[in-house]
Amino acid sequence: MLDNLGWLLQGFEQAATPMNLLYACIGVLLGTAVGVLPGIGPAMTVALLLPITYNVSPSAAFIMFAGIFYGGMYGGSTTSILLNTPGESSSVITAIEGNKMAKAGRAAQALATAAIGSFVAGTIGTLLLALFAPAISRFAVTLGAPSYLAIMLFALVAVTAVLGSSKLRGGISLFLGLAIGLVGIDSLTGQARATFGLPQLSDGIDIVVIAVAIFALGEALWVAAHLRQKPAEVIPVGRPWMGKSDWQRSWKPWLRGTAYGFPFGALPAGGAELPTFLSYITEKKLSKHPEEFGKGAIEGVAGPEAANNASAAGTLVPMLSLGLPTNATAAVMLTAFVSYGIQPGPTLFDKEPLLIWTLIASLFIGNFLLLVLNLPLAPLWAKLLRTPRPYLYAGILFFATLGAFAVNIQPLDLVLLLVFGLLGLMMRRFGLPVLPLIIGVILGPRIERQLRQSLQLGGGEWGSLFTEPVAIGVYVCMALLLLAPLVLKLMNRSEETLLLVEDDKDQREKAQA
Amino acid sequence: MTEPIEKPAEPPVTTQKQPEPTVDRAQYLVCAVLVLVGAFIIYDALNLPAGFAKVDPVGPRLFPMIIGIGLLVMAAILAIAIPRGSRGEADAGEDIDPDRPSDWRTVGLLVAIFVATILLVMPLGWAITGALMFAACATVLGSKHYVRNIVIGAVLSTASFYAFYSGLGIPLPAGILDGIL
Repeated sequence: MLDNLGWLLQGFEQAATPMNLLYACIGVLLGTAVGVLPGIGPAMTVALLLPITYNVSPSAAFIMFAGIFYGGMYGGSTTSILLNTPGESSSVITAIEGNKMAKAGRAAQALATAAIGSFVAGTIGTLLLALFAPAISRFAVTLGAPSYLAIMLFALVAVTAVLGSSKLRGGISLFLGLAIGLVGIDSLTGQARATFGLPQLSDGIDIVVIAVAIFALGEALWVAAHLRQKPAEVIPVGRPWMGKSDWQRSWKPWLRGTAYGFPFGALPAGGAELPTFLSYITEKKLSKHPEEFGKGAIEGVAGPEAANNASAAGTLVPMLSLGLPTNATAAVMLTAFVSYGIQPGPTLFDKEPLLIWTLIASLFIGNFLLLVLNLPLAPLWAKLLRTPRPYLYAGILFFATLGAFAVNIQPLDLVLLLVFGLLGLMMRRFGLPVLPLIIGVILGPRIERQLRQSLQLGGGEWGSLFTEPVAIGVYVCMALLLLAPLVLKLMNRSEETLLLVEDDKDQREKAQA
Repeated sequence: MTEPIEKPAEPPVTTQKQPEPTVDRAQYLVCAVLVLVGAFIIYDALNLPAGFAKVDPVGPRLFPMIIGIGLLVMAAILAIAIPRGSRGEADAGEDIDPDRPSDWRTVGLLVAIFVATILLVMPLGWAITGALMFAACATVLGSKHYVRNIVIGAVLSTASFYAFYSGLGIPLPAGILDGIL
């Protein structure tokens, strides 16, 4: 424990040099600016900004990433408050309540409670991360290969089967991702697989190219097919501020939202939608002004925004302690680790303690900078929302091309970018979730290596995979996760997700009231 | 996407009538992609020179086979689910107008611009190609200020050229402007 505190202080020392603070500022500003732009979520923000990190040192890069990570999240909430259309699913609730507030002339308060709530949730979340991640990683290091294999398989199954509305479509994405992950030289035998005989593909397809293609190019093409003739209306805003009653109504939802968000984020199948939704229901139930909900209640912005940010911090727990990405943004960040030759996994805290603790310290710093910079800059961000859409999407295409091209300076990467961009377009058109694909690309090769190495160690006995208690426990959980919906169905429930069940309950209560 | 997007209009009039007659037949495209990828991966795995390195019990074939078969199974399930009315929910977004019909012409033009970029980036260099690409994309997406489009594109591509060259130490190709830039 004290050891970790020492490391954290060292991390702060590393992160707080003037040069690194500058990187943190750049990260926060870039992250927010890009995150505010409509059509660009946090994952795409990180993917588009990956090239910036090519030639800076790992610690500077991660300091920037910390800023981009929270900045992108914050930028997204600004968009959903000031535009009357939601972006990602996790900010739907913020969009509902926050946009109503903005329309009622309370945009400044909505932005303020979102910003301060994000700060509170981010700070608490990062503290919990610093507390839990080392402990989990210390435990994970003691696990053998079979257990680790089981945990990775669990993450795959959880992301595919639990998140998203259709298991079939999740599965399709997952298998496509696994197939992409196959490309390259087999790590154990050195044979080239699925490379089409191209030597450039023997190291596999660069994950930066895949991330930029799926998130940026696919999205830009998809929007291009449906671009609004008139961009949605932007509500003008001055400097965000809150009155005394706003503070009184906000601080409890912030804390409760954090309490919902962090554990859900830390679980492989948690996601951010469920905690934001639960937070919204809770605030509605506990509020003294339930009649304001749906018309712009500040609690309905404060709680879900905090939940959203705390969940983002939570996703860093499995990412740093186990090397498991559980949301798209974490997945893209993990690709940055890989591009620095840092092997993600439970040994990360042992092998790269200074780097990890610098990252954690930068999360604190980035979060603080975000609050200080963004409250006065809000009117500027609101102006960004008026960017003419042809320039915005031409710009996304331009920077996506630049980013993918700069990895190796070979036109083949641009061909791959186009192919996967079209794949991303197809996935958006047919409702195939993007997350399982990215997770499949990242985890597929690692699962294969782990499986084959465990079998090697176990003398080729498949039974050796089931010798560790943790492994067995995880497989049992996995079976429960897959079978639970089936059982629910048998108990005369429709195949609805938990979210819909909750929604249903909510509806019924409304009907009774 | 060169595959035919829709199978010839032959509604699978089989058993029960659907409550909503909106079978999204374009989804067969997904099936086609899955079959294509799955078949290729299985074919590739079968052609791996076998057994020359017995370093592990399962060898390099097991995973590709599982994934390839998985893809084919997914394609089959989807093919069964489509006529029963299974459809994916298309992505929403801030700038997406869900009520508009898909404008595939714009997408096609953007893809064409992209192909041109791939072909031109090495001979012409990044500064020129990037500027042309931005201007062309902006024009296709509806910006009628042609001069402004090209000026913004030129500024972006030249700035990124120098930023990558001196800031990040990555030399983007200069192409025909070699020696001038």
